[in-house]
Amino acid sequence: MSAPETLRVGVDLVAVEEVAASLDHFGDRYVTRLFTAHEIETCRTAGTSGEGRAGYAVESLAARFAAKEAVVKVLRPIEMQPDWRTIEIHRMTGGWCEIRLSGQAAELAADAGIGELAVSLSHESTMATAVVVGRCTPRGEGDR
Amino acid sequence: MTVDETIRQVLTDHGRLAVPVDALSDDTDLFGAGMTSHASVNVMLALEDAFDFEFSEKMLKKSTFESIGSIRSGVLEMTGG
Repeated sequence: MSAPETLRVGVDLVAVEEVAASLDHFGDRYVTRLFTAHEIETCRTAGTSGEGRAGYAVESLAARFAAKEAVVKVLRPIEMQPDWRTIEIHRMTGGWCEIRLSGQAAELAADAGIGELAVSLSHESTMATAVVVGRCTPRGEGDR
Repeated sequence: MTVDETIRQVLTDHGRLAVPVDALSDDTDLFGAGMTSHASVNVMLALEDAFDFEFSEKMLKKSTFESIGSIRSGVLEMTGG
């Protein structure tokens, strides 16, 4: 008999001003260490308030960081912290987002039997948040 | 500044801790003291600036940044100190 499927949920909240302060202090190095090329491109053009600080829609970057942290909460790493860029928040043509994992994050998901992830992002001018749900098929004793 | 003084200054500037850095011992859990994941990214980048290196991929784990002592070990490993 196969193990029953379970759900894991992760949520995170990020202050937009903290991301803005990081952009001010570290500039592009902050962006390139955390975000994939797709995310960077998306956040350069997304948003309704025009060009943000350093040319980025800061609220969108904050929401994506919140989503990455929410994914980490779903993956539940014990020791290895996956490179933030191995968790990509991929904006689809229709406007919704999907999660694409690679490298360490994909390995953690595979180890946990997580085959599907869903994400929802939201932000106001001061705060950004994301919720991630993962569908998990435990793999016996090795499941965490 | 010494390595420890620099680490404490970085934590003061970027750690967004809920308690004064002076009150932290070498093994105080920084995440327990209020440092968020986002703040830990800033701490990492500021340490790289302060010590002029880039953390290797294997050093980018939560345990590297969980205390002043663990940060010191990471810095010394990266700088060959």
